[in-house]
Amino acid sequence: MPVANIQVSETPLVLYALRRADDALILGHRLSEWCGHAPMLEEDMALSNIALDLLGQARELYSYAAKVEGKDNDEDRFAYLRDVRQYRNLLLVEQPNGDFAQTLVRQFFYSAFADLYWRAMMTSRDAALAAIAAKSEKESAYHLRHASEWIIRLGDGTDESHARAQAAIDHLWAFTGEMFAVDEGERALIHADIAIDPGSLRGRWLTTLSGVISEATLELPQTGWMQQGGRSGRHSEHLGHLLSELQSMQRTFPGQTW
Amino acid sequence: MYTQALNMAEADDRGLEDAATAAQFQTRIDADERIEPNDWMPAAYRKTLTRQISQHAHSEIVGMLPEGNWITRAPSLRRKAALLAKVQDECGHGLYLYAAAETLGTSREELVDAMLAGKAKYSSIFNYPTLTWADIGTVGWLVDGAAIMNQIPLCRCSYGPYARAMIRVCKEESFHQRQGYEIMLTLCRGSDEQKAMAQDALNRWWWPVLMMFGPPDATSQHSDTSTKWKIKRFSNDELRQKFVDATVPQAQYLGLSIPDPGMIQDADGHWRYSEIDWTEFKQVLAGNGPCNRDRLAARRKAHDEGAWVREAAAAYAAKRAQRRIAQAAE
Repeated sequence: MPVANIQVSETPLVLYALRRADDALILGHRLSEWCGHAPMLEEDMALSNIALDLLGQARELYSYAAKVEGKDNDEDRFAYLRDVRQYRNLLLVEQPNGDFAQTLVRQFFYSAFADLYWRAMMTSRDAALAAIAAKSEKESAYHLRHASEWIIRLGDGTDESHARAQAAIDHLWAFTGEMFAVDEGERALIHADIAIDPGSLRGRWLTTLSGVISEATLELPQTGWMQQGGRSGRHSEHLGHLLSELQSMQRTFPGQTW
Repeated sequence: MYTQALNMAEADDRGLEDAATAAQFQTRIDADERIEPNDWMPAAYRKTLTRQISQHAHSEIVGMLPEGNWITRAPSLRRKAALLAKVQDECGHGLYLYAAAETLGTSREELVDAMLAGKAKYSSIFNYPTLTWADIGTVGWLVDGAAIMNQIPLCRCSYGPYARAMIRVCKEESFHQRQGYEIMLTLCRGSDEQKAMAQDALNRWWWPVLMMFGPPDATSQHSDTSTKWKIKRFSNDELRQKFVDATVPQAQYLGLSIPDPGMIQDADGHWRYSEIDWTEFKQVLAGNGPCNRDRLAARRKAHDEGAWVREAAAAYAAKRAQRRIAQAAE
């Protein structure tokens, strides 16, 4: 029985929504992997909570992408029937959980961006995106607070936690550049005031980071080479494994209702 | 790190158990009064409740594992969100119950250590594996259904903090149970393959779920005093029968067969089930269930690998407190 990948008409707006939806789904999926295995029950709760917020954001963005595309795709077809080359998320969010420091640094880098991004997107001329932004902004602000508090605790905790946090920062830094990159299609959406220019957020993002990182007695790496490719489907090897798990039911039992 | 103040030797007046105080206590119980943390209580009452509430808490936490097993593989985004929220609820129940147990004077840390050391029990049902998506439906429908049967009477338990915890827990559990049943309904209205998956899950879970109510009344050890203290209000067999009577029509509605060919409905309308294989129950209880080792290993791994995080949080909190003192002194 063939289990075909769906075809997506990636107009700039569809692609734009899909990229953000994929970010939220993949990061939410990663966080959900902690459920039942976190260092303390309070973090089982918190990480699941954040995962649920992100999953909610993903579902709204997929549904919006489906509406804009106007074919028979829907949230589940986007999530379950695209392969690794069709996924459009940032490389950062697909990175494995690693230890708790790595998970929280990944979250910190992303949430510090998402908080600014969604707040700015509230003024989008696209009413649907503005509405999603208004909801996501509140959630991201909490995610950022949670992650920041942990970065400070880990950085200024024990020698071991400090070393682990610094190692996570050094490891994940190269995946942060992609958040600020813009391609031609997005450039057009920015000109139309549908999207915002993420480059304009970089300064404030760095300020947020520096404040927390210095309070945590940690250091940001000197800007070096930045990895890119996720937005056009050139991913790390990690994503394929994540998707094979995420999609296993839909691929094993195609076309059924659950 | 949770409640350092509780990690101390017992130093209260529990030794003063004269007959008059004990009789007074029993009078309060008989009058359906709630016992609160600061009230006098017999040492055995405290011990029984500490054991029961902490076992209940451990069950919630270990119970996150079999269901968590499907979070990353849930077949739709709606199911994924519902399952994640459900497992998160179980964690919340665990936290809430540990807090209730702590009101009796034992710290969460101590209680958790006993579980990780294999000295404290949790519900044996979680020593069975969740093999297919239908298991997630079945666990919600039957395991949560059985838990509700057990827990509704506990909402009137004589110990106040436990009774209040149960009211909240039961509300969420009944939501989970409906969610599980809805998964089953969807499967049973689906393809032949899905229906077979649902039947297979019911076949595997039915008997272990009946065992959740504990050994038959004739052999149960704790029931007598627990009943006297109004911790337990119905016997194991009574609750089991109530559960079976409620569940059989639900299975019929789904079009599934209960894997008990000898089951008959008696003149009073009760569904009489066949003899339960208590050897299996004892084996699982003794640590020989299919997942006992995996469950404990997973909890120990999370605990051990999280140790440095908890240490960091404690170290940071201590540094912060130090800095505050230093600032105040300036």
